[in-house]
Amino acid sequence: MKKLLSIFAVLAFAFSANAGTLDDVKNRGFLKCGVTTGLIGFAAPDDAGNWAGFDVDVCRAVAAAIFGDSSKVEFTTTTGKSRFPTLASGEIDMLARNTTWTLSRDVNLGFEFVGVNYYDGQGFMIPSALGVDDATGLDGATVCIQTGTTTELNLADFFRANGIGYEALPIETNDEARENLFAGRCDVYTTDASGLSATRAQADDPDKWVVLPNIISKEPLGPLVRHGDHQWGDVVRWSLNTMIIAEELGVSSSNVDESKGSNIPEVLRLLGVEGGYGEMLELSNDFAYNIIKQVGNYSESFDRNIGPDTPLGIGRNLNALWTDGGILYAPPFR
Amino acid sequence: MQNNLFQDQKFRGILYQTLVVGFFALGLYFVINTTAYNLEKRNIATGFGFLNNPAGFDISFSPFLDFKSTDTHLKVYFVGVLNTLLVSFCGCIAATILGFIVGIIRLSSNWLLSRIAYIYVEFTRNTPLLLQIILWYAILIQLPRIKQAPQIWETFYISNRGLFGPKPIFLDGSNIVILSLILGCIISFFIARWAKKRQDTTGQQFPTFTTNLSIIVFLPLFVFFIMGSPITLEYPVLKGFNFKGGAVIRPEFIAMFLALSIYTAAFISETVRSGILSVTKGQREASGALGLKKNWIMRLIIIPQALRVIVPPLTSQYLNLTKNSSLGIAVGYADLVHGFGGISLNQTGQAIECMAITMATYLLISLTISFFMNIYNRSIQFKEK
Repeated sequence: MKKLLSIFAVLAFAFSANAGTLDDVKNRGFLKCGVTTGLIGFAAPDDAGNWAGFDVDVCRAVAAAIFGDSSKVEFTTTTGKSRFPTLASGEIDMLARNTTWTLSRDVNLGFEFVGVNYYDGQGFMIPSALGVDDATGLDGATVCIQTGTTTELNLADFFRANGIGYEALPIETNDEARENLFAGRCDVYTTDASGLSATRAQADDPDKWVVLPNIISKEPLGPLVRHGDHQWGDVVRWSLNTMIIAEELGVSSSNVDESKGSNIPEVLRLLGVEGGYGEMLELSNDFAYNIIKQVGNYSESFDRNIGPDTPLGIGRNLNALWTDGGILYAPPFR
Repeated sequence: MQNNLFQDQKFRGILYQTLVVGFFALGLYFVINTTAYNLEKRNIATGFGFLNNPAGFDISFSPFLDFKSTDTHLKVYFVGVLNTLLVSFCGCIAATILGFIVGIIRLSSNWLLSRIAYIYVEFTRNTPLLLQIILWYAILIQLPRIKQAPQIWETFYISNRGLFGPKPIFLDGSNIVILSLILGCIISFFIARWAKKRQDTTGQQFPTFTTNLSIIVFLPLFVFFIMGSPITLEYPVLKGFNFKGGAVIRPEFIAMFLALSIYTAAFISETVRSGILSVTKGQREASGALGLKKNWIMRLIIIPQALRVIVPPLTSQYLNLTKNSSLGIAVGYADLVHGFGGISLNQTGQAIECMAITMATYLLISLTISFFMNIYNRSIQFKEK
């Protein structure tokens, strides 16, 4: 059945992919964006049922760039397993689902990562009662893990490299993994450190859980699109870059209107006052203005969803701007 | 002339059938061709070379093969097949036993018993299997945590990480004990054949069951002590995070086993009931008139005739159970779909190859079950003499 479905999906894609994705999206009137099944801070429905989160903001930024309206997005939930077929089949236009950029995904699966919106690394979370303060002390532990992810491979590598044993318990979604961890079916939950912070924030008593200091991998997370449609890839790439550049230039949703009268040339270019950069992307010239006005710049999105004042309480660290000691860096807007 | 040809029923039949087959073949060609073209265009790797690449991940449950993350995807496949076969095999046996018992109870004249059986059948048959699997797992997860696992004689431990018990360790000389067990079974088989022949010709009965039971039990036991107890038990001990040593049955397996067998048993019990009801009343009355005991009537007269009705639908229940075991992914049971059709598929991205292999495997397993059940079915059919 699954095979049949995927063949139909491929067929459907063959017929629908003639026009460019940007034209498809414009004609349709809204953007289709793939997100997680629910990871607090990154993508989850809020109290009013609207999707909110750090990854969701990337989708909203792209919608704001195309339509001038950040609400014109239809969200599709995807699991670690279903995300790639969903994107490949054309069911969604882009995927913003804390997905690690790797060579095989970039090349073998036929996708294009347009950038990195969060520099992450894989960590471990355990009950503080276990009294373990380093991951090498986890010999013989049962480890819950989300299946279909790079973490599965990193985990095996880490334990093999350290010559210690473990029992893996592969689980389909973050929610199920959390249930198993809280019930004590496993001792340890391993995923990207950001995901651990989100899971910890959902515990009854977050102080009973600790995230170990060990970071065992590089996990550059970013939005991705299908390989081959470069125009569409550019739109998503520069929507993300706009948020980062806006932070660099100190333009935020609160001062974006005054900034139109700025005397800094790059701010004027960014906001579409000078130059025709939006038209190069086949967007309106004020696309960046719309993104900043409606979604905000990178630091606004970060602080609102996952920053120190949220339950997740994640610091900027690697994700600080290159000028602030981090590695967040966007090519110049010119 | 042409008019005549189209009025010819036989010609028309052949024409229509050729057209249908032709369209089907064309459709199939189109699907395969388009898929191959699109895979090629989007640079998605194809072929079966990935089977020999190292898997890179670990599998939680592999009771038969020793699996390491450096093993290949091909081995992931075999681990998955064995796990699928394990839960299907155990499930079929338990479902058959439970199904027969419930089917007979439903026909019981005891009102309370037959009502209970009725409620069980209607409840399990009319709720989705996936929910039942998740329900069983949710219950098992609420068992005591590993550190508080209750113990029975310091031998068995019950926790939400599984049921832990002793594991037999085979030392030198243990193969002689196992040989004597096999020998006991062979002897029993011949005694049973001889006893049946004797009863057929002379009518005299022989206590086959007690004789054979004592041969199968006491012969190996005798050899066991003569050889100086070459089989010992290894007990599970709580060390660090988990129990070390001993044997374990994981909650994922238990949840799958319980859900599959209880769900399928409800269907089997209805088959059994219809089979028993298909045997005419006269058979029961006639055997009663001959003075047969009540449970003999069931065993010797009713069931053999009922089996002719029961076995064909029973086969399809076995097939259903086997295919339903693919729901193991819901609770993380490492079956074929979870391991090879899931994790391997994801890590390699070769969905079509993985799914094709997985489907072919299910097809092979199902056809094998059908093959043996058909042989059995033929052996119990009414033979005209």
